[in-house]
Amino acid sequence: MQAKVNLKLVDEVIKSWGADPAFLIPMMQDIQAQYNYLPRPALNRLQEKLNIPLTRVSEVATFYKTFSLKPKGKYIIQVCTGTACHLRGAPRIADSFMRELGIEVNGTTKNGLFTLSTVNCLGACALAPVVKVNEDVHGQVSSDKVKKIIEAYAARKK
Amino acid sequence: MGKIKLKIDGREFSAEKDEYVLDIAKREGFEIPTYCHNDQVSREARCRLCVVEARWQEGGHSRIVTSCLYPADEGLMVETNSEQVRLVRRVVLELLLARTPEAKGLAELAAEYGVGKNRFGADTDFGKCILCGLCVRTCREVVGVEALGFRMRGVLKQVGPAFAEPSSVCIGCGACYFVCPTGHIIMTEKGDERKIWGRTFKMEKCSKCGRYFAPKYQLEWINSQTGVAMDRLSLCQDCK
Ligand code: SF4
Ligand code: FES
Ligand code: FES
Repeated sequence: MQAKVNLKLVDEVIKSWGADPAFLIPMMQDIQAQYNYLPRPALNRLQEKLNIPLTRVSEVATFYKTFSLKPKGKYIIQVCTGTACHLRGAPRIADSFMRELGIEVNGTTKNGLFTLSTVNCLGACALAPVVKVNEDVHGQVSSDKVKKIIEAYAARKK
Repeated sequence: MGKIKLKIDGREFSAEKDEYVLDIAKREGFEIPTYCHNDQVSREARCRLCVVEARWQEGGHSRIVTSCLYPADEGLMVETNSEQVRLVRRVVLELLLARTPEAKGLAELAAEYGVGKNRFGADTDFGKCILCGLCVRTCREVVGVEALGFRMRGVLKQVGPAFAEPSSVCIGCGACYFVCPTGHIIMTEKGDERKIWGRTFKMEKCSKCGRYFAPKYQLEWINSQTGVAMDRLSLCQDCK
């Protein structure tokens, strides 16, 4: 789902960084924090207001893995597939998420709620296998916990 | 600035201090392969083919450096074709060939260095781009438009207009097409149309000989940048 972009908000972000093109990356981070991805109208606005070539915007936005040009879900599920988690069954956990959500890794559910991704070591190996949903860390996840985790977030109404 | 002396393959030459080794070597008639160098644009040392061995002390340690970006100074000793140099070039060529076997001139150069069968994975994209960046720099520095750039990184890295969409700033001049050393960029012309990077440009006729010679858009752009009147711009190179 493409987000409705509030250009005023983008302008505020630009202003908060003094409209200095050197701060293109933090500006993109702020925009992504707002929409969970980088909507094109917002990127076009950056180009226009900072007076830089669109190729520069495209270079930066596609270079870093944290930036996404595609809309992401409200909840971003990161299944750790680092060494410790892998040994403790991370591939099975990832499979369960794919099955339960009906999406592939890096996919987003149709209702725009969940995006599934894998990461390499979240730095909490003692809790392996680890799953992070937005800022929440879930440790010792088992296949039967997967469904519960999904349901808990789906039930949250905000 | 000032004159310095350096040695290339054992022979002594004089040059300006900080002159790039590649420029000196070429002037003195040495052959060094290059893929990302062009006198008209800045240097980024992307292709790594122009490597030479540099040494500052007789019998001392040597380093493999990219000659296109290595400044010369008093007492520098350079080897342009040593065993080490050839080895590094061979590996570079092997890697390039694995990725872009279709690139113009690459197979021939690789064969010169004894690179035969590719021991890396098969090429899957069939593109010819070696990511030398010449088109990007030409568009930025010579044309002054910046319609081209890189996208992504690592093995996924690609060159082209922003977000791989037809560029709204491209003037259709075709400079990138002419500068590309590998033949990756496709530009076609038919009647009064030129197609490049996914966009179609209307061409203008030369007001004297009637041949289609440049995109209208490009002439307007030159006009806006230089103030040269449109009717003076309406003559092709031959009729000027
Ligand atoms: S398209 Fe050609 S000029 Fe541009 S980076 Fe690729 S090889 Fe170099
Ligand atoms: S391997 Fe998963 S947290 Fe370290
Ligand atoms: S010519 Fe020097 S690195 Fe390409």
